[in-house]
Amino acid sequence: MNLSDSREINADVATVWAALLDPEVLKACVPGCKEMAGSATEGYEATVVQKVGPVKATFKGAVHMSDMIEPLSMTISGEGKGGAAGFAKGGADVRLEAQGDITVLHYDVEAKVGGKLAQLGSRIIDGFAKKMADQFFNNFQDAVGAPEADDEDTVAGGNDDTKKKGWFKRLVS
Amino acid sequence: MPKDGGIGAPTRRREDVRFLTGTGQYSDDMNVYGQTVAVFARSTVANGVIKSIDTSAAAAMPGVLAVFTGEDFVDVGGNPAGWLINSRDGEPMKEPKRPVLAHGKVRHVGDAYAAVIAETTEQAKDAVEAIEVDIEELPAVVNMKDALSSTNYVHDEIGTNQCFDWGWIEDNRAATDAAIKGAHHVTTLELVNNRLVPNAMEPRCSMAQYNRANDEYTLHTTSQNPHLTRLLISAFVLGIPENKLTVIAPDVGGGFGSKIYHYGEEALVLAAAKKIGRPVKWTSDRTEAFLTDAHGRDHVTTIELALDAEGKFLAFRTETMANVGAYLSNFSTATPTFLHGTLMAGNYTVPNVYVNVKAVFTNTAPVDAYRGAGRPEATFSLERVIDKAAREIGMDPIELRRKNFIKPDQYPFASAAGLEYDSGNYDALMDQMEKVADVAGFEARRKASEKNGKLRGFGVNAYIEACGIAPSNLVGVLGSRVGLYDAATVRVNATGNLSVMVGAHSHGQGHETAFPQVVAEMLGIDPQSIDIVHGDTSKIPFGMGTYGSRSLAVCGSAVVRATEKIINKAKKIAAHMLEASDGDIELTDGVFSVAGTDKSVTFGEVALKAYIPHEFPLEDIEPGLEETAFYDPANFTYPSGAYCCEVEVDPDTGKVSVERMTAVDDFGNVINPMIVTGQVHGGLGQGIGQALLENTTYDENGQLLSASYMDYVMPRADDLPFYTVDHSQGNACTHNPLGVKGCGEAGAIGSPPTVVNAVIDALQSGGKNVTHIDMPMTPHRVWSAMQNA
Repeated sequence: MNLSDSREINADVATVWAALLDPEVLKACVPGCKEMAGSATEGYEATVVQKVGPVKATFKGAVHMSDMIEPLSMTISGEGKGGAAGFAKGGADVRLEAQGDITVLHYDVEAKVGGKLAQLGSRIIDGFAKKMADQFFNNFQDAVGAPEADDEDTVAGGNDDTKKKGWFKRLVS
Repeated sequence: MPKDGGIGAPTRRREDVRFLTGTGQYSDDMNVYGQTVAVFARSTVANGVIKSIDTSAAAAMPGVLAVFTGEDFVDVGGNPAGWLINSRDGEPMKEPKRPVLAHGKVRHVGDAYAAVIAETTEQAKDAVEAIEVDIEELPAVVNMKDALSSTNYVHDEIGTNQCFDWGWIEDNRAATDAAIKGAHHVTTLELVNNRLVPNAMEPRCSMAQYNRANDEYTLHTTSQNPHLTRLLISAFVLGIPENKLTVIAPDVGGGFGSKIYHYGEEALVLAAAKKIGRPVKWTSDRTEAFLTDAHGRDHVTTIELALDAEGKFLAFRTETMANVGAYLSNFSTATPTFLHGTLMAGNYTVPNVYVNVKAVFTNTAPVDAYRGAGRPEATFSLERVIDKAAREIGMDPIELRRKNFIKPDQYPFASAAGLEYDSGNYDALMDQMEKVADVAGFEARRKASEKNGKLRGFGVNAYIEACGIAPSNLVGVLGSRVGLYDAATVRVNATGNLSVMVGAHSHGQGHETAFPQVVAEMLGIDPQSIDIVHGDTSKIPFGMGTYGSRSLAVCGSAVVRATEKIINKAKKIAAHMLEASDGDIELTDGVFSVAGTDKSVTFGEVALKAYIPHEFPLEDIEPGLEETAFYDPANFTYPSGAYCCEVEVDPDTGKVSVERMTAVDDFGNVINPMIVTGQVHGGLGQGIGQALLENTTYDENGQLLSASYMDYVMPRADDLPFYTVDHSQGNACTHNPLGVKGCGEAGAIGSPPTVVNAVIDALQSGGKNVTHIDMPMTPHRVWSAMQNA
């Protein structure tokens, strides 16, 4: 399964780069992520609960970054083992491109599944992967990107929404 | 006697009463005191190195009694292939070991590398989850063509993915090449015989008991041939002496080939039962069945047919890649070779045939015999290329076949593929088919379909198969490591009823009804007084099991021989009772009489006398009335048939519907026409399933994508038409005492090419120049072919 797309993130390249290496951000953004620990250099350990078609499982996996050219590109690879449900593994080539104040994040994802996930879920795996990617980047946009201009008031108000929107950027800025 | 019970009577199947009332006894119904459960840990990757397995956490889980890994079986033998095939250069085939549990490497998704024995299924499953295994995934070898050129080996120790490169008949190669080179016309076709999952209704199940008191094992298992399973476990795998191992295959819910073979799960439960001192049962779930039952077919073939200017066949030449999967299953080397190449002359007088088969290891489930086993693949290739040739040279497909049929006065006929056909009349079959299928009325039906916006096609097919495997002398020459006779014991009890112990195993074939019909006919007694005992090695002298449409032709012949011995002895007893010479005793309708007198005794009186031998001439006759016979045939049997079908194709969607299907078969003599009809129906359903619906799909990583009924499409009632089945054109087999030929596989052999031929005809009639579509002909494939035509 291959998936290529790009997303505009409402933050500068350095912020996006830092966010991609932050386990807290990843934990908040990976759909179904229950635990995430580690570092970019050592790799991350993650626990993700997901339901693919009829198969629901807890995936324990490792994620590591390679080919890192700060702040331009990196390869993220990971493998999750879901016991009787089988496994999912894959990688994403991520490239960051500055466009004025914002960053365009290009990604090429390659994923494969095995065991019960492949046996029972293969028909729906492409749609599932697309949904996962969409959710991740929506979450990532929310976490990293600055609020839209017409949301300025809300940010200033500091209500619950602002905590969700752009919290990482505010933390580091 | 009236034909309500003997040979030729359409007696209802007595076994159906228990099957239809839920009182069948299958392996999983066997529950015994102290029974435990085995669950297997199976690979989720198609190819990988087992770096480490830590079972300590699993072993400490609640209810866990033992955990096994491949390490526990390194000192026992492997599960062997039953036939040795030599390559064209004389080299023997490559035979990598097939262990009880994977050791060192896993080689297909579903390959078991560990097993947990626990008190309950849930506990065992939880413990399997707790096994810590580190398997380093390697790239998988999936596509056969890639496998042959790859240096990524399924079995590193053999240094190739080619099991063998077989030529049949190698001495005919040059003549075949020359005939094709000089031919007036050559038709070439590349085709795929799609891989199938057997899908027996009952998944596999094995339950082992070990008796410490006498060191004896009992294995209840889903087997088509319990004696062979016992032999393989004894002689090759675990080394348990045959006299210490009883294998029982009780009611078995379908096999279609997949339960011929010995599987590692059987050895595992036996070893486990001894180790923990308690019975151990494993029951496959449906996913395991998809992943680990031996699959069927999976050939990729190029076939060439050379013709002269009049349409006479000059030569067939084929090149085939046959997938054997990750390990050699017991019949896997025979199926694409001697059960396939030897049939490549079909029903035809063609003088030159050359067959090349390369068997290929891949990281997929083992592939072995499936209903028809090699013969459907042969028929499919032949009958597709003949149909294509007919279209190319502009000859009616029936006429082209008739022009090349072997004629009735040519038997025995030595085929160019090395067999000697004993009997047949292919023109008569075709005549009957044209009649009962109302072929003359097809054009009118086509016009009616066109009015409804549908393309109607007519497809025809002729087949021959070699059944009743087989003569041990012949199969021995061909590489079989076993003999292929069968055995029966006829026991007449003192009160006149009979127990007949047969080596054939019934798992849908109706032996319990058909075999008594034979004995009843010979003795002139009520078939209801005769019971068949099968599937238990402790009760039956020996048996080579049920497959290859062999039960009646081989085991039924053993029943005849044993019954003849019974009659001979009973006549002696009757002669003694009647104070006559046994040469003067006649047996008619269950009564022994002295020829030309009114002196007689009944069969029941003779039976009683045999067991109460007062005033018996003991020096001439032993007490008792029980006889055993082993029967080894002189040749294969050669059922044949002419099939046709009509399909409608929806040109907008590509959906195919089979509207009419006619099967006219020569099965020789028929013992129970109702059972024969049912067998043909079942085969037709499976053949249509293969042609239109069923496909086994592995992705490039060796993941089985069609591993459930959501993705693997089995035929349903509304996918199938009403069938016209006719077996009026029987020519008795010349060399077995019943004159029978075998009917179990015919429908699955004859129907796939018939359906494909009909679909091509339909598309051609609609102006689409489509010459071939690979099976299964899904709406997507048919529609795509139409768009590209």
